[in-house]
Amino acid sequence: MLNKEKTNHQPLSHLDWLESEAIYILREVAGQCSNPVLLFSGGKDSLCILRLAEKAFRPGRFPFPLMHIDTGHNYQEVIDFRDQRAAELGERLIVRSVEDSMKRGTVVLKSADESRNKHQSVTLLEAIEEFGFDCCIGGARRDEEKARAKERIMSFRDEFGQWDPKNQRPELWSLYNARSHKGENIRAFPISNWTEMDVWQYIEREKLQLPSIYFAHQRDVVMRSGSIVPVNVPLVNGEVTNPVKAGEEIINMQVRFRTVGDISCTAPVISDADTVSKIVLETATSTITERGATRLDDQTSDASMEQRKKEGYF
Amino acid sequence: MSNVTKQHNDSLLRFMTCGSVDDGKSTLIGRLLFDTKTILADTLTQISNTSKKRGMEAVDLSLLTDGLQAEREQGITIDVAYRYFSTGTRKYIIADAPGHEQYTRNMVTAASTANLAIILIDARRGVLTQTRRHSYLAHLVGIQHIVVAVNKMDLVNYDQATYDKICADYLTFANEIGFAQARDIKFLPMSALAGDMLVDRLDNMPWYTGETLLEILESAPAAHTEGDEEFRFPVQFVCRPHASADADLHDFRGFMGRIESGNIAVGDAVTVLPNGYQSKVKAIQIGDEQLRSAQTEQSVTLLLEDEIDTSRGDMIVKTGSSIEPVKQIEAFVCWLSETPLSPARTYVIRHTTRESKAKVGTIAYKVDVNTLEEQATSDLKMNDIARITFKLAQPLMVDSYSANRATGAFIVIDESTNNTVGAGMIV
Repeated sequence: MLNKEKTNHQPLSHLDWLESEAIYILREVAGQCSNPVLLFSGGKDSLCILRLAEKAFRPGRFPFPLMHIDTGHNYQEVIDFRDQRAAELGERLIVRSVEDSMKRGTVVLKSADESRNKHQSVTLLEAIEEFGFDCCIGGARRDEEKARAKERIMSFRDEFGQWDPKNQRPELWSLYNARSHKGENIRAFPISNWTEMDVWQYIEREKLQLPSIYFAHQRDVVMRSGSIVPVNVPLVNGEVTNPVKAGEEIINMQVRFRTVGDISCTAPVISDADTVSKIVLETATSTITERGATRLDDQTSDASMEQRKKEGYF
Repeated sequence: MSNVTKQHNDSLLRFMTCGSVDDGKSTLIGRLLFDTKTILADTLTQISNTSKKRGMEAVDLSLLTDGLQAEREQGITIDVAYRYFSTGTRKYIIADAPGHEQYTRNMVTAASTANLAIILIDARRGVLTQTRRHSYLAHLVGIQHIVVAVNKMDLVNYDQATYDKICADYLTFANEIGFAQARDIKFLPMSALAGDMLVDRLDNMPWYTGETLLEILESAPAAHTEGDEEFRFPVQFVCRPHASADADLHDFRGFMGRIESGNIAVGDAVTVLPNGYQSKVKAIQIGDEQLRSAQTEQSVTLLLEDEIDTSRGDMIVKTGSSIEPVKQIEAFVCWLSETPLSPARTYVIRHTTRESKAKVGTIAYKVDVNTLEEQATSDLKMNDIARITFKLAQPLMVDSYSANRATGAFIVIDESTNNTVGAGMIV
């Protein structure tokens, strides 16, 4: 296990600096919070955080469990990957599902095919209460969306899980304040300062495994309001989601996903990048932002992300 | 594209921009992002639509940094925003803070992580009160590299005499406050609106042959690369996997933390403060990687030769280092909270990974950030900066802020709300 050797003379590269900062943040959470949890979706950002947690805490165990808030509308490949990764790490994985919240009546969909992404907030808050978590570690980045540009590394949420942009703690130097009273909650973002490019470069450098849907593959899609929408997607529970609508033509296309979320709101992009290094190149030459291309739920209005965050969304 | 792989090995610079919307600060940032091709097509479409909606002819690049709905409704910027761009040779993090007087706390926040500050001056208006305020705050918070950017040169016909006079005025003021000797100050003329002297050099100012803004940024030294700093390692977390299935790990005791300054090598003699236990470094690790030595800003795990009882909040230094636990500190404190400081109350001070209860001893004076005058005071309100002593319940291992930004800084926490209410820089 302890076999590599290295000496250091150069100033840190930007990836080393970002890695060190993220490890520092994870350790601050462990040092300051009594019952934290790491939110893990199987997506690329949370996979980076798992690697960072290994570097932060091995040879010890992680001082927090992993938790996934499952919308029930996730790609099978991602769910399988999630379970496999947690098992490899030997860490505890908690899964709480939006469908259970629906059964309890705490989540009510306007229509059956409505995106369940925003309803994750309800299930997340229920899980926080169930386990008494005082801090949730997440993979959000400031470059994702402009409402995130002012997000803190340690972001304070009140008893209702709400983010009040005007009532956030000033964050100076690396002196993070993760204190909370009972019922309140801190959201900690160790890769706040990373960009999509940094994430891919880190995945490449650390040779991280990813769910297959991040790589170019053939998929049945339709064009809907200018976006590529995957159709007839089989779900984990055996149902099929995103049926084709009348008048739509199914096209079999080579695509990959730049983000992985609820099936109903995550669109793939046309791509032939089937390796991490090709994705790094593609990211460097991309002319569309990550969320712009792929997150159908952010395009609703200029302020839609800010609104969802105020309601307790990650 | 050759830059993509090269970037793996390139450094990072954090800088801040000081100025108000009127100085073209948002345009400056928008222009840097745009000219370094950081702005992608969908974002550009979005701001171009908004520009049209607001009746503007050209795309307003300042909209790129226009953050929250609450702010847009009020037409102001109320907080620090962080932006990112990369040139292929360096990654940049911009801390963008509003520059008005009532936002002193935001400027201090933004400055706390910056190694370079761009101070914007409107060429038509020259050195103003706010220029002094921004310079003083950058100075106070220990930013080593100052770029005085004389913007809106297009509105003074790119006139060299105007530029020269502003530079001379600024230097006079900088000398008055002892700023010019202590800091690396660079000047440049530019037009953020026209995109002149930021990334590209246009034909408007042939008389200026110095570096463009991006050239200055590309060559600015990264943090911790200038001068010698002593080794400081605040312990964040202690790893003791004694219950592990792996019997080899039962005696493992790893001290986890980030090297805040200096460097360390296997075999170095170290002292653990405040108790003063001495030992030697047995191993240095990052995850499962073994290092012979490690340097500032690296998060590592240190193993020592001897079994020493050490916990979060202790500090590992090299044996013989000039640092002592103290129970009183004197500092410049910027008050961040709407609730004024109450000298009768007990606060919590967080310094590195350590906390102590603290009470105000004396308030020597507060500083008028516009005139830089010292004024007697008995209270401290939001955005005030004062020189204060604190009495501490627990000893802290401190350096002066001018010697070490990590071990010279602290925050003040109000335990009733858990809010961060003050930021301190130890004298």
